[in-house]
Amino acid sequence: MKKLISAIIGLLVVCGLLAFGANHLERTSGSTGAKVLNLYTWGDYIDPGLLKKFQKETGYHVNVETFDSNEAMFTKIKQGGTSYDLTVPSDYMIEKMKRAHLLLPLDKNRLTGMQNYDSRFMNLAFDRHNRYSVPYFWGTLGIIYNDKFVKPGSIQHWDDLWQTKYHDQIMLIDSARDVMGFSLASMNKSMNATDPATLLAARNKLNRLSPNVKAVVADEIKMYMIQNEAAIAVDWSGEASEMLASNSHLHYVVPSEGSNLWFDNLVIPKTAKHFKAIYAFLNFMSEPKNAAQNAEYIGYATPNAPAKALLPKSIRNDRQFYPSDETIRHLQIYKDLSPAKVGLYNDRYLEFKMNH
Amino acid sequence: MQRKQRLSRNTAYFVPYVLWIALFVIAPVILLIYQSFFNIDGQFTLANYQTYFSSNTYLMMTLNSVWYAFLITLATLLISYPTAYLLNATKHPQLWLLLIIMPTWINLLLKAYAFIGIFSQAGIANQFLSFIGIGPQQLLFTKFSFIFVAAYIQIPFMVLPIYNSISELNASYVNASRDLGATNWQTFSRVIFPLTLPGVKAGVQAVFIPSLSLFMLTRLIGGNKVITLGTAIEEHFLTTMNWGMGSTIGVVLIIAMVIIMWLTGGRKRRSGKGLTK
Repeated sequence: MKKLISAIIGLLVVCGLLAFGANHLERTSGSTGAKVLNLYTWGDYIDPGLLKKFQKETGYHVNVETFDSNEAMFTKIKQGGTSYDLTVPSDYMIEKMKRAHLLLPLDKNRLTGMQNYDSRFMNLAFDRHNRYSVPYFWGTLGIIYNDKFVKPGSIQHWDDLWQTKYHDQIMLIDSARDVMGFSLASMNKSMNATDPATLLAARNKLNRLSPNVKAVVADEIKMYMIQNEAAIAVDWSGEASEMLASNSHLHYVVPSEGSNLWFDNLVIPKTAKHFKAIYAFLNFMSEPKNAAQNAEYIGYATPNAPAKALLPKSIRNDRQFYPSDETIRHLQIYKDLSPAKVGLYNDRYLEFKMNH
Repeated sequence: MQRKQRLSRNTAYFVPYVLWIALFVIAPVILLIYQSFFNIDGQFTLANYQTYFSSNTYLMMTLNSVWYAFLITLATLLISYPTAYLLNATKHPQLWLLLIIMPTWINLLLKAYAFIGIFSQAGIANQFLSFIGIGPQQLLFTKFSFIFVAAYIQIPFMVLPIYNSISELNASYVNASRDLGATNWQTFSRVIFPLTLPGVKAGVQAVFIPSLSLFMLTRLIGGNKVITLGTAIEEHFLTTMNWGMGSTIGVVLIIAMVIIMWLTGGRKRRSGKGLTK
């Protein structure tokens, strides 16, 4: 017992000393303590090389903390006790945070490079006149298929998923809005529909898809598709670009009849403190060279027009990730629905999952 | 005088324990029950319970949870009892026990991912099936694989209490039973099994209750083909943010657990200790 206790105490002391040392090192190497920026973002959502470059250019050290869902981020910022300077919510969450008074408006006089952003991605319904947000990345919801099992080009539309030959072949992303959403889109309904009868019809249609559904999973889809575990998956373009990079048999399709168009934008939460650093960072990220470097590293589509022009031709002209204007016109952005309506979506979705 | 002092010192020892229980067990349960009486707009209501008990989905889900928890417990028991029994007969039971407990030192998530590797299309299990001529099968995302992995994870928690009660068993009872002409089967069913029942009950409690609300495995291994109440709770807390409804399901689960404890507990103390000593 005595040995055990001394062993535990020894471990604690060693860990404590190491932590102290690391902390000390970080402070001395990261210039002065006050020159920091606390960035709260999705996991692996910025090129680490850029963070180093930013520090070299401006002297601000960026502390990155990550979240894995908009809702988790919302809860953490709302509860306070944090000091995040910038965060990257998706479209509907920006609307929600705005309504909850969690965002600070941007000071347009201190921003440079806003003219770089493609006008199609500015002044959108979730943030009119971009009072609160600067575009970061955008993307779509679509279908990934493996040409080992599916004839290339044979899947173009949502309805193709319902074909009986795809029995037990499809993986779906575990997200109520997206799964209900593509069922709605396949019926030419709005992906923001809240009418109970329409949602019921969408669920009924999903129930007919059940025999084809192999699994409803989350991030693991990436791994499964790369390992040829399933022939078809429904997932976001960002995830798809990572899969395509690791398995050349995979292809991504955005159904032209309509799908979700999503945005992740940089916003300043009300917990922000380091305003000089914030504007330095926003302006830094708006520079085409940096935005292009980030887009090439992450693989998502950049809303920065000159940055897109800097990307290699193979990326820039890739219709999978930069769909045609015609397709973009049919894409829909999710609106922030009231909790009761979100509940409606989730109840129908849960029923589908029970059924499958 | 001295006695009184000792008594007050004894009560002082209880303070941390009572504080701990009050703060981390009783208070959360009360909060959960309190929370379950509010709807999504923060108004006091009984509607959550009404929804729960009148919704086909939730009732089916409850049935599903209990059914799968039962299957997992059964599978675990069928493997664990013979294991514990044989363990007791080996030369170095502590060593074997250590080997059985070892997997619990590894994080659940890691174990789940390991099984994904084993069961996937190109995994070891399918390589073996191809080798013996059966050909690759769909193993992941089946009910079988879900129960298999869940049972694998729960086995140590079942083996331990059963092993303890078997090793506590007084060998003279078994000898007496044999001397009096009982067959092996009679000895087992009339003497050994009833005497080790407390261990089985403790094991069933330790396995059945967590199995009721497994939710990570339902997605990772079951591919959401198995939906339990845990899935619904996760969804209500994380996406719908309807904490009232999530709490209601939590309360129902707690009640279910109390019922299980009551059914499997009860006479444990009296019969167990009295006979073995």
